[in-house]
Amino acid sequence: MDAGSHSISSEKSRAAAPRPPLQEAGSRPYMPSLSTGSRNPSAKCYGDRFIPDRSAMDMDMAHYLLTEPRKDKENAVGVVASPSKEAYRRLLAEKLLNNRTRILAFRNKPPEPENVSFAEAASSNLQAKPAKQRRHIPQSAERTLDAPELVDDYYLNLLDWGSNNVLSIALGDTVYLWDASSGSTSELVTVDEDSGPITSVSWAPDGRHIAVGLNSSDVQLWDTSSNRLLRTLRGVHEARVGSLAWNNSILTTGSMDGKIVNNDVRIRNHVVQTYEGHSQEVCGLKWSGSGQQLASGGNDNLLHIWDVSMASSMPSAGRNQWLHRLEDHTAAVKALAWCPFQSNLLATGGGGSDRCIKFWNTHTGACLNSVDTGSQVCALLWNKNERELLSSHGFTQNQLTLWKYPSMVKMAELTGHTSRVLFMAQSPDGCTVASAAADETLRFWNVFGAPEAPKPAAKASHTGMFNSFNHIR
Amino acid sequence: MASRTASKDIITLRGSAAIVSEFFGYAANSILYNRAVYPEESFTKVKKYGLTMLLTQDEGVKTFIASLTSQLSEWLEAGKLQRIVLVIMSKATNEVLERWNFNIVTDAEVVEKGAIKEKSDKEIMREIQAIMRQIASCITYLPCLDEPCVFDVLAYTDTDVDAPGTWVESDAKLISNPQMVKLHSFDTKIHKVDTLVSYKKDEWDEEE
Repeated sequence: MDAGSHSISSEKSRAAAPRPPLQEAGSRPYMPSLSTGSRNPSAKCYGDRFIPDRSAMDMDMAHYLLTEPRKDKENAVGVVASPSKEAYRRLLAEKLLNNRTRILAFRNKPPEPENVSFAEAASSNLQAKPAKQRRHIPQSAERTLDAPELVDDYYLNLLDWGSNNVLSIALGDTVYLWDASSGSTSELVTVDEDSGPITSVSWAPDGRHIAVGLNSSDVQLWDTSSNRLLRTLRGVHEARVGSLAWNNSILTTGSMDGKIVNNDVRIRNHVVQTYEGHSQEVCGLKWSGSGQQLASGGNDNLLHIWDVSMASSMPSAGRNQWLHRLEDHTAAVKALAWCPFQSNLLATGGGGSDRCIKFWNTHTGACLNSVDTGSQVCALLWNKNERELLSSHGFTQNQLTLWKYPSMVKMAELTGHTSRVLFMAQSPDGCTVASAAADETLRFWNVFGAPEAPKPAAKASHTGMFNSFNHIR
Repeated sequence: MASRTASKDIITLRGSAAIVSEFFGYAANSILYNRAVYPEESFTKVKKYGLTMLLTQDEGVKTFIASLTSQLSEWLEAGKLQRIVLVIMSKATNEVLERWNFNIVTDAEVVEKGAIKEKSDKEIMREIQAIMRQIASCITYLPCLDEPCVFDVLAYTDTDVDAPGTWVESDAKLISNPQMVKLHSFDTKIHKVDTLVSYKKDEWDEEE
């Protein structure tokens, strides 16, 4: 298997093997071409990675091309291979690539993985579709709702869309619920002036309970089916609670005091873990889809990845070490989004003086890509049905930008908001996005298209959903 | 003390075979994790090669890889293993999506005459570490595997090898018109391992 013999033998094959003139480039033995000038997409293109190391070349491919029956080639030229030619070919193949190897595989195959997650099941439906057609992306909002007294504060998280298809938004001291199936609005709670305004809202995964973070540092838990206050988590933080994230029955709270606390809402002493790593306000907080890792972003320009397995191994005093501390952003990190189709991929967006969207492998802590968007990144959402990312921005255009992943080609820019688009939330079926901006409007965009396997119930609710301009109160 | 350090740098055929087969076990685990062939939760972290590596906890996969590496080290000691290929296939269609090639060149002199080579553990570890880092960073350019996948391992051996009954002949499971990326190599001075990943071009790229 030394390099020398290979190079000689392939020289020989090139010189000796008679090649008909009208042969397609594709049926030649694999020879990576150095010229990348060919712009013709139909031409066989082996990509931009030329590998000059012969010992690492795929000789299997060469073997396959040399030994396969040349039906297509002969048809192209219109001659049947003469027996002598066939014999010559076989002889050549034997000489060059004589069967020196046996390819063996285990009789017992490794166990097949079970379907990993919902996201993967969804994308295998996608696979069944033979050809993907370009979908139409509406350029304007499908519906606009008034959102008066929406607090224009980058560091808060005032919008969430629950699994029950009900949207929650905090306007000033009041939390409103807007049922996307019926279009009806209800008021959940108005807090008194000294504990307000509300600084964060987050639906529990069950779609029934909702956590409300307050300026006074308290966190309230509400049951929306009976409009009842279940409990108030007090004394957890020393300043306002601007970010919330659920991981099953754990409610993680991030505060202006820089602390992140895991609260088990089922038990009396609800504080189970504290993550200390930020020196300023925690404004972004998201659990990964598997619930294994927590990403937190702060006004101190830091992004931390915390791992559950590291937390359990160090129970002492509830203090925990981060898995990664990532210092690449140069402004506050608020926009965080875990990729639904690749478990250790995280997208983050930086504030006004950073303007970048960055992608991270959270297992290794490596920054995979960084794109300057030219504007403050306020929120990020992945499309659950396609490999796309939506970002919302501030000055100058106050737009929503849809990016193709991983190429990061801009697919659409959605304008309409007249001030920075602070918050975004995605409908449970993944196709509609709600955005709330400092212009005190809440807009709905049909940006992510219909899911590949539409659920009839969800579909029906959507056709009747966007028809008029409504006031939320 | 001096004699001890000296003996550390000497590498035997047996030791080299152990290094290579162990490397393959970790590399396979790392590929299965990074390419999300098995769910993230089924892996645990261990320290190895100065890195945090992930090992599967799935009993079936564990036994598969363990029996695989023990057979590989036997063949490596005999100098009869030419290549190991880890193939990732679509579970639904069995279409081959990725081939991770580990090309092995064995120093014939060592196998035939039992010569002994010198190379420090540290240096080998550093080379392996570079490969492991590359495997972990591959998701930057490899197309997303957005369907459930299965894997298989192919061993390319000399024709005169005795294969136990647990092994069967296989086809090469090739990808037509593949993209290839060569990764780092490592060399124990007895076995030289070249790593290369070939993958099916993402059709989705060409739409643009």
